[in-house]
Amino acid sequence: MSTDDRAEMAISAPGVQASGAVQGYRPSRTLRLTVELRRQFARRRTLGVLALMAALPLLLIAALQLGASENARGNDRINLVDVATASGLNFTLFVLFATTGFFLVVVFALFFGDTVASEAQWGALRYTLATPVPRMRLLRQKWLAALVLSVGALLTLTAVAVVAGSIAFGFGAVETPIGVTLAQGEGFVRLAGMLGYLAVHLLVVGTLAFWFSTITDAPLAAVGGAVFTMFVFAILDQVEQLGSLRDWFPTAGEFAWVDLLQTPVQDGDLFRGVVQSLVYAALFTALGFRAFARRDVTS
Amino acid sequence: MRRSRGPVRPRSGARGALAVLLPLLVSGLVVGTAPAAAADEVRTEEARVPAGSGADAVELDTTLHLPATDRPAPAVVLAHGFGGSKESVADDAQALAERGYVVLTFSARGFGESTGLIGLDDPRYEVADLSALIDVLAERDDVVQDADGDPRVGVAGASYGGALALLGAAYDDRIDAIAPQITWHSLTSALFPSQLGEVPGGTPAATPQGDGSGVYKRLWSGLFFGLGAAPSGGLLDLLGGAGGDGPAPADVDVEDVTQALTCGRFRPEVCAAYESAAATGVLTPEAAAVLDRGSPAGVLDRITAPTLLVQGTQDSLFGLGQADANARGIAANGTPVKVVWYAGGHDAPASDRLAGELRAQVADWFDVHLRGRDGGTAGFEFPAPTGLGTAGTVGRVQGSSRTVTADAYPGLDGAEPVRRTSFALGGALQPVANPAGGTPAALTTVPGLGALTAALGGSTLEIPGQSARFETAPLDSAVEVVGAPSVALDVSSAGGSATLFAKLYDVGPDGSTTLPARLVAPVRLTGLSADPAAPTRVEVTLPAFVHRFEAGHVMRLVVSSTDQGFAVPVEPAVHSVALADPAAGVSVPRVEGRTEAAGGAGRWWVLLGALAALGLLGWGAAVLLARRRDRRVNAVEPGGEDVPLRFEGVTKAYGDGFVAVRDLSFEVRRGQVLGLLGPNGAGKTTSLRMLMGLIRPTEGRISVFGHAAGPGAPVLSRLGSFVEGTGLLPHLSGRENLRLYWAATGRPAEDAHMEEAIEVAGLGAALDRPVRRYSQGMRQRVAIAQAMLGLPDLLVLDEPTNGA
Repeated sequence: MSTDDRAEMAISAPGVQASGAVQGYRPSRTLRLTVELRRQFARRRTLGVLALMAALPLLLIAALQLGASENARGNDRINLVDVATASGLNFTLFVLFATTGFFLVVVFALFFGDTVASEAQWGALRYTLATPVPRMRLLRQKWLAALVLSVGALLTLTAVAVVAGSIAFGFGAVETPIGVTLAQGEGFVRLAGMLGYLAVHLLVVGTLAFWFSTITDAPLAAVGGAVFTMFVFAILDQVEQLGSLRDWFPTAGEFAWVDLLQTPVQDGDLFRGVVQSLVYAALFTALGFRAFARRDVTS
Repeated sequence: MRRSRGPVRPRSGARGALAVLLPLLVSGLVVGTAPAAAADEVRTEEARVPAGSGADAVELDTTLHLPATDRPAPAVVLAHGFGGSKESVADDAQALAERGYVVLTFSARGFGESTGLIGLDDPRYEVADLSALIDVLAERDDVVQDADGDPRVGVAGASYGGALALLGAAYDDRIDAIAPQITWHSLTSALFPSQLGEVPGGTPAATPQGDGSGVYKRLWSGLFFGLGAAPSGGLLDLLGGAGGDGPAPADVDVEDVTQALTCGRFRPEVCAAYESAAATGVLTPEAAAVLDRGSPAGVLDRITAPTLLVQGTQDSLFGLGQADANARGIAANGTPVKVVWYAGGHDAPASDRLAGELRAQVADWFDVHLRGRDGGTAGFEFPAPTGLGTAGTVGRVQGSSRTVTADAYPGLDGAEPVRRTSFALGGALQPVANPAGGTPAALTTVPGLGALTAALGGSTLEIPGQSARFETAPLDSAVEVVGAPSVALDVSSAGGSATLFAKLYDVGPDGSTTLPARLVAPVRLTGLSADPAAPTRVEVTLPAFVHRFEAGHVMRLVVSSTDQGFAVPVEPAVHSVALADPAAGVSVPRVEGRTEAAGGAGRWWVLLGALAALGLLGWGAAVLLARRRDRRVNAVEPGGEDVPLRFEGVTKAYGDGFVAVRDLSFEVRRGQVLGLLGPNGAGKTTSLRMLMGLIRPTEGRISVFGHAAGPGAPVLSRLGSFVEGTGLLPHLSGRENLRLYWAATGRPAEDAHMEEAIEVAGLGAALDRPVRRYSQGMRQRVAIAQAMLGLPDLLVLDEPTNGA
């Protein structure tokens, strides 16, 4: 009996595939997105963040309506707060503006930074890997799930802001700070563009947290590390002496979506922001995959 | 982004007026920092250059910036702004030297460390000094020489230095190219404006100057003069000069002190001209002679050097009309002229990014005309019109930075004249009162602080009763005004003369008003009819600005009798103002051009295409890698099915030299139960982790049923494991944990044999409680059940009863 025949026999063992896997196992079916999302939605953290996203616009509406005293009008500098109560869409813009710098950064860092590190912390990572879910697939699915959750949170925030804002301040056209109005339909198109830009730009902090998550077993370290890094850059961004160096920061262009309020739309900064964000996000993601592929899982 | 950050990064309004004013006057361009790396490549040489003769001989303090090259290079002379010194342009010089120019900076006479008195760009003094500096460059063998004693040289400068560049090019034909910025055409029309009469020529910002004395630009003139009047040449020293170690009173001549304190470093005739103007508000012939000597207006026909004119849209001192007049005068000789307007000027510093771009513009201009590089020699660029009142603070809200480019400056040297559109105005005859003493007066802009006043105070201040208003109907579509609008008025006054200020407001649907660039057009009218029924018709040209009137907005022409920036008659009077031709209304210039970002939509498609291509590439690579992987995992050892587990010479050594497992070999046959025994740290768990593909062995091979085991090896699906810790999700029930675990394997639900596994766990009703309330033993039972799911062929347990 030749060696080949023996191999043939081994493969034909009942219930076993050529790859040695048990019948019914397919790498491409492991840890499907729906399963990962079910796992995430079973967590109070996920529901809590989404609830917070829904509550924040309501809180801001309450604040704007309670605190609408005449004294607050002292500052004549043009900004989005002044026109926040002009319409539901205006209110939404204000909400986005208020949350871009901190709140959304934390949310993206949380969903992305929690991915691998929290599994490691529970000790569930080793069983998932031994299932086996191939490492690259595990990471990809976790990344996609984090993206779905983060963007979902952003959309929840926006949707609640649009609906609640429209009820509180009326359905109507967008009024920009310079007194130009955009029709409601046009306003929604622009809003979609802004959400797209924000999602891409926040991917930078998300993927940074994701990378950290593949290095550490402590979710808090991953999330905190990413947020901290972003804040350091935000502070350095205030140092005017750094000049054009600041344009290369990962935080650069975080408010470029405001350009979408102009007519005609000025897309110079937007384009730069998108390209730069994608490059940073790709870099951090690649670093994450590289770290995880080489890593010894000891948790 | 940079820019571009508005309410995010509001500029501090608390910055003092001084801090804002000084850099403004010094130069519109001195911002930004040179790259540190190249700094050491540029050498500098300090020298004191004698110029002039007799009583007017001076020593000029100069610095020569030499590029890091051995070959002769073209030279550029950089002149500084009023109140500055050679230090003010050091950064610009550094940048130009890095681009390969020999750059000469100097302090003009009366400024910095140079001696002498300020002659206001007098051809006999400052302009002659410039020629003396060019003589120095003619002696150097590291400067390209066109002929003996004629170096290849360009001159650039802002404001005071810009006018010097223009005058220098007129008086010294060795100058090969100039780039004057934010400077004047005629000091009389800049400081005593009266924008009255027929529009001269078809250029966008063409601004006429009425006959006789105009309206004295009081605040600006005071500031301008104040900078030079300071005894030591600096405003800061003037303000701080009261204290300190002055000479003892007995030592000084009273006349000298008076001269020093009132005239500072000005020449006596300049000082006298200012004093008469400031005291009376009227331009005397003597003062006009002084101002005209320092104005390029009379000598533009001598300029043959290609000229780049850079002017700011935020400039209440030297408006766009000044550059327009220079452009017309120079182009009339057939000399190439390019005009660039930028969002800045004496009222608002350019943003960092913009300053860098302007610096590059100037260098490009010299590249073309001093080095013969390819490039345009004509053209017109202006900031894309926005609905904002001013650039600077407020403009940054929107990060406005687009530039519109046209092939030529309209109306110049054969180019099509600018297109004008008329908008009908409505409004009846209205009385306009001039208050006694000229106060209270309307407030439109504070010199140098246009952007700041906008940020602090918002709208402008108009005094009721002092102005007449005329409005268009709400605009059907947005109107972008680029240049100076004009309007015809019927004016009458009992006194026969009137000083009026015309301006064009942008009024939003909600009544909010914006004064574009916060500019006003003063007119001084004499010989007016006293009869309102038969008024005098006057043509008024409004200030030149770049502004977008949005659809639904209204253009409102306001004609008022006062403005705080100007000297107004002190006698009370009432004038009547009406539209001469309501149907013709206001005629506004509009310029078509390409916006820089015109290809905007295209590049988004390019980006999308690139992403799609990358995605496809990634997918292809993944498919190829998967094939290779399949070949590898399909390799099987003969008789593997009988050997569920085999370790062959497995070693795990860590980077720090610690060896957890050394040369481990064993074999498990079908049906066998094998136990690993050893003290803590013996490497038992590490071995099992290597088996599960969690840790990579440094040497050796592990095979499961004949297939190599490693991270993600498909054969691991025949393995059930429980190693160190349960790995259960604490917030889920035991049953939910098992269900989700199985779902994650992606295998069919019927393969799980869930009921058998649950039976193994034997938890009963407790299985539906959250895991976090379980005891250690209960958790372990669930974990063992999890390992049993799918009835694996090989079961790996590591201390499964630990702590139970």
